[in-house]
Order: sequence, then structure tokens, then C-alpha cells
Amino acid sequence: MSLVTDLQQAAPILSGPSELREFPDWFRDQQRAAWQQFEALPPPTRKDQAWRFSNVALLDLAPFKISAPLSEDDRKNVLKYSRGLDKYAARMVFANDQLIERDVVSEDLKRRGVIFQPLERAMIEHADLFRKYFMSTEARLGSAKFAALHKALVSSGTFLFVPRGLEIKEPIEIFHWLRHDNMSIFPHLLLVTDELAKVTVIEHFRSCDQRAAGFACGVNDLITGPGAKVTYVCAQNWAENVTALQMNSTTVDHDASAMSLNLHLGAKYSRFDSLSRLIGEGGRSDLLAVAVAKHQQEFDARTLQDHISPHTASDLLYKNALDDRARTTFGGLIRVEPHAHFTDAYQKVRNLLLSDDSEANSMPGLEILADNVRCTHGATSGQIEEDQLFYLRSRGIATKTAQRLLVAGFLDEVIQRLNHPAIGDHLHGLIEDKFAA
Amino acid sequence: MKTETSAVNIDRSKGDFFYPEAHVRDAGAGLSERTVRYISDVKEDPDWVREFRLRGLKTFLEKPLPTHWASKDLEAIDFDKIRYYLSPGTETKRSWEEVPDDIKRTFERLGIPEQERKFLAGVEAQFDSEAVYSNIKKAVGEQGVIFVGSTEGLKNYPEIFRKWFGKVIPIADNKFSALNSAVFSGGSFIYVPPGVKVKHPLQAYFRINAENFGQFERTLIIADEGSEVTYMEGCTAPKFNTPTLHSAVVELVALKGAKIQYITVQNWASNVFNLVTKRGLAHENAEVKWIDCNIGSRLTMKYPGVIMKGRKARGEVLSIALANDGQHQDTGAKMIHAADETTSNIVSKSISIGKGRATYRGLVHVPKHLKHCKNNTECDALLINSTSRTDTYPAITVRGTGNAVQHEASVSQVSAEQIFYMQQRGLSEAQAMSLSVNGFVNDLVRQFPMEYSVELKRLIELEMEGSVG
Repeated sequence: MSLVTDLQQAAPILSGPSELREFPDWFRDQQRAAWQQFEALPPPTRKDQAWRFSNVALLDLAPFKISAPLSEDDRKNVLKYSRGLDKYAARMVFANDQLIERDVVSEDLKRRGVIFQPLERAMIEHADLFRKYFMSTEARLGSAKFAALHKALVSSGTFLFVPRGLEIKEPIEIFHWLRHDNMSIFPHLLLVTDELAKVTVIEHFRSCDQRAAGFACGVNDLITGPGAKVTYVCAQNWAENVTALQMNSTTVDHDASAMSLNLHLGAKYSRFDSLSRLIGEGGRSDLLAVAVAKHQQEFDARTLQDHISPHTASDLLYKNALDDRARTTFGGLIRVEPHAHFTDAYQKVRNLLLSDDSEANSMPGLEILADNVRCTHGATSGQIEEDQLFYLRSRGIATKTAQRLLVAGFLDEVIQRLNHPAIGDHLHGLIEDKFAA
Repeated sequence: MKTETSAVNIDRSKGDFFYPEAHVRDAGAGLSERTVRYISDVKEDPDWVREFRLRGLKTFLEKPLPTHWASKDLEAIDFDKIRYYLSPGTETKRSWEEVPDDIKRTFERLGIPEQERKFLAGVEAQFDSEAVYSNIKKAVGEQGVIFVGSTEGLKNYPEIFRKWFGKVIPIADNKFSALNSAVFSGGSFIYVPPGVKVKHPLQAYFRINAENFGQFERTLIIADEGSEVTYMEGCTAPKFNTPTLHSAVVELVALKGAKIQYITVQNWASNVFNLVTKRGLAHENAEVKWIDCNIGSRLTMKYPGVIMKGRKARGEVLSIALANDGQHQDTGAKMIHAADETTSNIVSKSISIGKGRATYRGLVHVPKHLKHCKNNTECDALLINSTSRTDTYPAITVRGTGNAVQHEASVSQVSAEQIFYMQQRGLSEAQAMSLSVNGFVNDLVRQFPMEYSVELKRLIELEMEGSVG
């Protein structure tokens, strides 16, 4: 069969999970159950608080198909363009949900117990560990239907386990590519760290065809063990016709710290649910995001900082720069559960509007059920200050360039918080490219 | 000193009494077209009002309860058990002596006539569904100020009344505004002619006396060009064993350059559902300011709003909410910017005591192509006990490059250090706590008219009693 007929005959995702895949029975049962759940759950409407301000009309899944495999040439091309950081500890490259390359971790790390495997292998070789954590947190930010869809159709992804006390110095890199029109992928990352482990992971999301439509419905679950430190970076740069949803849950155990940064540049509609659960004393979670929205792009971020244990801290900083007719929505909640006393929680969202037709919606929320807490949140929306622009122009810098500099400066505060120069430079480069485009 | 200057006596124990009912007009329990027609017949409504009410009823029945975002406690309201219209069947009295004795005693216990003599420009007192007493000082009346009940307003001044009635808050705004549209009765109608500045506040006093009763007053205030008026309302009800419903609609219209200040001290008994829609329309250079204090009720849902329709219009909401055991104060503000150079300010302070829950819900909307609009929102919450709860749910939409919006909220508790310091100076823990709470609301309370700030502080002290230790 030629590739062309392959593409035409690809099954629509709405026809459900395929029986062809070779998964263990328990996993197939889970997929079937998840599919039933997906079908039973109602589609979101704007009346749902979790979808307020969202353009739910962009979530029509009918055109999207189960991904077709790539040709040999495509594979080569994908590998050629899978360039991210100069130094990395290990990496996996996926295109249309197919693993096409894996640079394994060093023998040393492997011997010391690091597991870095594609999902389908980990679920067999490390079944107990995998089953314990695989999609174990309920999707609470409105995307339960899409989490069920992901669970029903996920076919590959990354499983990373870092054992007790081990630090992986260089970042782990993961690439997910979309190829051809109307394909769908279900990227998955399950990261489990044991006590006092340290690791940094960066996921790149990219399209081969800059005009192709597509659908990405991903999950990343970060389990941060006691005293462990996890840094997660998502560099989302889909083509501007892609519909994307990403559901994150981060669990922070006692004395652990998790930091995540989500950079949103691509997609027609990109939704990102971030759920951070602080379950042990001394835990800390940093939630960072940067979005540059142009044309008619829509970015939709929903977050929950859930303080379950006393003496925990969380800090959220989201910044959006909006141009043309772009829209952004931020719906965030700090929830301090009963008995989670001595919580320290912050939440800040700042929108920079660069055009008259852009629209920023902010819903920063607080639910405090405990005492002795320090919680503040703030939301601002404004534009580039005339004074700053004037200053740069008086130094001979053209208006356009001056604007770009000021926007870059505005966004830089977030990237600085990562405190990782190599990743910072990479993200700056992506943002620059977006402005230049 | 305190009690002498108080505008409304809102000491809870003072409001907790009732007299046997002697209603001549009673629409019975439950809501149907028959109830609505009964009210129309009793009130001799003109046809357009009859039609308005029936449309309200239809909309009310169609709309679901907003429990997808609001408290499920709303489901505890049994609309079939509520009595929608009760009145003594007498005309509104102009002089205090003519008011029937039992009703007079009610308001005398609450101190209404003395207040009037002291500093109010006019008073209206509503007992269950109808105004029983309404009076305006001669000097103010001579300036052309109209201050009457809503029924009288729509009968005697249809040319002004009809033009604005239901325009700021349409029937279908929400389920409870629709309900009010169907069965409204009582409330005030105020018209202030161009350029007239009413020196002293006008006041309305609302009293629920009957069990299972729903009070649905409807207030419309129109301040014509360049005029100024301050309106104050107070409310009490005895604590019955069954829930009582209060669902008012208040519409304010500030024409070019006018100023309206609307002050509410809500101290309903703790089994009253207080579901109120309040909104003002500010034309060019006009100002609408809501001062809203919520101390009583079981569940209050109230988000006073301002639509800034004309250039340079201003909107302001200052609110204080105090939620004690068994109370949920779900309050907030709505600011709709609809013209250039409009500015709005929201300052909200809430205190949660015991198992009380205070919620701030806000909406700020700046549509596109507006220039130089500004909004500032501050909400601060204070938690007194470990079982207290507070929530903040703002929603802010900004389009375009010419506008600036900022929102800030914080949650804190009384600092142990402060309490220690005061105790070490010889204050008891309760006194120290009370002082600290007063400090928390002080910068806001200072902006209230003096009579109110004194009363409010005293009321907060009362609520704080027994919350420590």
C-alpha cells in the first residue's frame, strides 16, 4: 500500500481505540474503559466554569485521524531537524506517535537504576511501577473528557524513573513531531523520581508542515519524591493550524521541589491544564509560563495550586504577550485545603496587549479553607509604556525593534526564574524566531 | 454617642422580634400565573406592567438555578412554600401618626422616626410587601425631588418611570431578577431634577415580619443632569424557623454629570436568602458609587455593578462582608466599561469568623477600541479561625492597547505578634482581636458616611464576640 492510500484510509480518532496494538490485556482493558468514559462525558461548553472564555468551537475532533507511520525519508528529515540543546543526557524522538530514535542514558546511569524507556516497553518490564503512577491523578481542571481520550488512544511516550539520591546533570530531551494533515498524536510523559533525585526534562512539540492541521492531546505527569527536585520545560511550537491540549499533574512530596515552565508559541488553539498537588510538608512548586500569541491564536491556561499539606509553598508566574487578534485566557486557582496551615502561595498573571484587537481574560482565584496562610494573587493587563519606547527611540532604535526588545524583556523575567542558561537561550531563540516570522 | 448618631440600628437583637400578622391582602403560598395576576389586581397595575410581570414569570420558570457556579445552598429554597405578597391593605401614610399601631411599634423599636427627625431628608419604611410610611422633608420636596414607593412611582410619574424601568437590569438578566420582575412590590422610586443636590441622605427601611415570606422590592433612582443624591437602605427580619427569601432589583441611572451614592447595610437574620441584583448606569461624567456592607443573612449573592456608558464616567464599589457560622457572603462587583476614559475602582474586604465563608466574585470588562480606561481592584480577606473559609473568583477581560487593569488580592490572618503586643499592654485577647479586625477594615470604613462607620464598627465588635478562645 502506498503512503497516500495509507493516509486516506487512516481511521478517524472518533472511531475509538484500535485493537491492532500489542499491549498487555490490563492496558487494553483500561483503554476500552477510558473510551467509554470519553464517549459518556459531555463536550465542554462555555457555560462550564472551567471553559469560561474558551472558544470551544475550536475543539471539533471530527477531522482528525489516527496517525499514519512515516516514510523513510520523513524519518530522516525529522531526525535532521530534531535539534534542541547542545548537551543532553538522553533523548527520544517521536513523530506521529512513533518512536524513531532513542539515545539511551549512559551505562553508568543505567547501572545505577535509571529507567528511560518508551511507554509500551515500560508497561511490561516495569509493570508495577508503571501501573502505580500511570494517569493516577484525576483531571480536575475541566479536561476529564480529553484525559479519557488520551488514555484510550495513547500508543507511545516516555517513561523516566530516577532512583534514590541520583542526579542526572544534563537535561533529558523529548521531541514530538506532527507530520501530514489532520493527524493526531497523544504524547505522554511519566516521570517518577525517588527520594532526593534530581532531573531536568525538556519536551519539544513541533510540526513538520507549517500549514498542516493536526491534533495533539498530551499528558505529562511528574511525580516528585521526598526531597527530590524536578525541572520540566515544555517548548510548544506547533504549526498555527494545530489544536492542542496538554494536561499536566505534578505531585510534590515532602521537602521536594518541582518547577515547570511552559512556553506557548504555536497552535491555533492551545490549552494547558496544570495541576500541582503539594502533599508533604516543606514541598514547593513553581509554575511558570510564557506565551506569545499572534494572528488569531488562542491560548487557554488553567491551573490549580492545591495545598494539601501544611507548610508548603507555591509560586505561579504567567506572562502573555498578545498581538493581532489573539486571545488568551488564564483561569487559576490557589486552593488551601482544611488543615493545610502555614501555606505560602502566590499567583501572578500579566498580560501585555500589543494590538487593539487582542483580548486577555484573567480569572485568578483563591479558595482558602485553612488558617495561618499567606496567599496573594494579582492580575494586570496593560501595554508597552510610552516612556520606555520613547527612550529606546531616542537612542536611535526603530519602533519595531524597540517594541520587540521591550516584549522580550517583559517575558525574560519568567525564563530567568528557571536559572538554566542553556535552556533559557534555547527558549529565547524560539521567541525571537516567532517575532521575526 | 454611638447609638444616637446611628443611621440604622442594626444590632441584631433589636431586629429579632415580630408582631402577629394582620394582612388584608395575601397572595397565598406558591408561585403561578394566578399569584402574579392577583398582585396585579391588588395593585391595579396598568396593562404594560401586567405584561411585564408575566414575562418575568415565564423567564423565571425557564431559567435554571445558577448552581453550576454558585452555592448549592440555593436548592434549599422552596419556591412553592414562599408567600409572594402580603400587605395590610392600607394606603401609604404620609405622617407617622397615621401608621397602624403594630407596624408603628415595629419601626419605633428600630428607631426609624427619631432617625428621620435627626438628619434624613426623607424616609420610606416597607413592611413585608408594601411601603407603610413614606415622607420627604418639605424643603427637599419643593426642589422637585420625588421620593415615593415604586407602585406610586409607576402610577403617578409614568413618563419618567417607564423610560428607565427594567432598562438597566433586563428581566432575563438572571433567574432572580426575573422572579423580582414577576412579583415585585414596594421599594423606592426617586427622581432628582437637574442640578439639585440633595444635602441629606434619603433612606429606606425594609422589614420582613411574616414567616415563609419573600420580599421583592424594586428600586429605581434617576439622578438628572448634574444632580447629586445619597440613598441608604437598611434591613432586618426576625429569625423564623423556615428560610425567608429577599430578592430585590435596584436600578440606578446617573445622567450626565450626576452622582449617586447608594449605601446598604444588610443585617438580615441568619436564615434569609438574600439574592439581589443591583446595577447602575453612568452617563458622561457621571458617578455611581455603591457602598455595600453585608453582615447578616444565610446566603447573600450580590454583585453591585456599574455600566460606564458615557465618556469619563466613574464606577466604584466599596464592600465589606462579614461571614460568621452558617453564613455565606458571596459578594463582589461588576464593572462594565463601555466608553473611553472611564474609570472604576473596587475595594472589597471580607472577614470570615468561625465556620463562615466569604467569597469575592468580580467581573471587569473592557471591550475593544476603548481608550484610557482604568480599573483597580483590591480584595483582602481576613481569616479569624482555622475553620473559616474565603474564596476569590475574579474574571477580567481586556481588549486593546489603551487600557490598564490591575487586580490584587490577599488573604491573611490576624498576626500573633500584634495580638501579643496588645495583650502585653493589658487588653484581653478578644479586645485585641477586635481592635485588629477594626484596623483591617478601617481604611475602607473611613470612606463611609460617619454615622455608618461608627455603627459598622460596633456591629463588627458584636460579631467578633465569642470568636476567640
